[in-house]
Amino acid sequence: MTSLKPNRRALIAGAAVTFAAPALIRPARAEGFAPTPTMRGGANNYRPGAALTDRIGGGGFLMTGSVRRAGDGAPIDGARIQMWAHTTEGHERDPESHGATLTNADGYFEMDMPQIVPAFGQPHGHLAYDAEFDDNGFETVFLRPIMGSASDTTLHVDFVLVPA
Amino acid sequence: MIRAALTWALLAAAIVVPTALAATSPYLAYREPIYIASGFAGIVALALMLAQPLLAVGKLPGLPMPASRRVHRWVGAALIAGVLVHVGGLWITSPPDVIDALLFVSPTPFSLWGVIAMWTLFAAAALAALRKRLRIPPRIWRIAHTALAVVTVAEGVAHALLVEGTMEWWSKVALSALTVIAMLKVALDLRAWAGLTARSR
Repeated sequence: MTSLKPNRRALIAGAAVTFAAPALIRPARAEGFAPTPTMRGGANNYRPGAALTDRIGGGGFLMTGSVRRAGDGAPIDGARIQMWAHTTEGHERDPESHGATLTNADGYFEMDMPQIVPAFGQPHGHLAYDAEFDDNGFETVFLRPIMGSASDTTLHVDFVLVPA
Repeated sequence: MIRAALTWALLAAAIVVPTALAATSPYLAYREPIYIASGFAGIVALALMLAQPLLAVGKLPGLPMPASRRVHRWVGAALIAGVLVHVGGLWITSPPDVIDALLFVSPTPFSLWGVIAMWTLFAAAALAALRKRLRIPPRIWRIAHTALAVVTVAEGVAHALLVEGTMEWWSKVALSALTVIAMLKVALDLRAWAGLTARSR
């Protein structure tokens, strides 16, 4: 019976992550900005220190997002966000599928990248805020948001970070 | 004669149509050969699961019992090979995702169902291989092997249905439904459970 425990937990956590993804877009206003937890599998195929770039490959798909401080929700300027995915131009682990960008003064970032294609059963992207490659002093967070539909051409992701 | 031909034609169509439709998936253009191969190994494994229970009880016309069982063993071996190619190919494509799945910490529930189906399939095969050496009584053997097969089909079908991959939706649903129906029909007809329910009364 004990051997079933991790399975159950994995399922529940998996479901929680899946259904929690859209909620990340609208952080609860009542209790301020709650920290965004790292998602299961978020760090898979991550490439530490991937180069800053204006565009990944030929582009055509728009990844957008915001980076805020937990609690008061103050936008974080110059936060380095890396993103990668399985796209029309390459697999997740390919170096050319990765790129990083910095947030502007409003804590906003965007990246033109190739169209995300379902891989390993879901159309999804990966994003990272890695404390090792950023001087803003927040804790590392890895996200694995799922697209509402494989035909979507944009994906929006919000980070709420905790000071390290 | 016509009925026999229809049965074989239906079985062939249930296996060939979903595989052929998957071969037209636009996603294939964005996948490396090893990833494509691992996907098709999974589709073929799903299709073989439809034939397995029918072969086990000699339900296929023109294939009498001893031969049917022999084919059942070979198809069982092919099923295991399919699962190994499926998991191995995915591992090469994205090692961390497969490690997460095998450790039951994957973010995707269907990975969990797939891994459970893999282990119950292996257990069903191991039981078949060790049956004589361990001198498992026929009734226990039949209940255990059938139960493992039922779980494998249920979890394997759940895995396939939840995956957004190269399979076309309706052919996947049809193959899944036929596989579940064949498995349940055989499991209930077998009276494998008769001894169990009699004892529990």
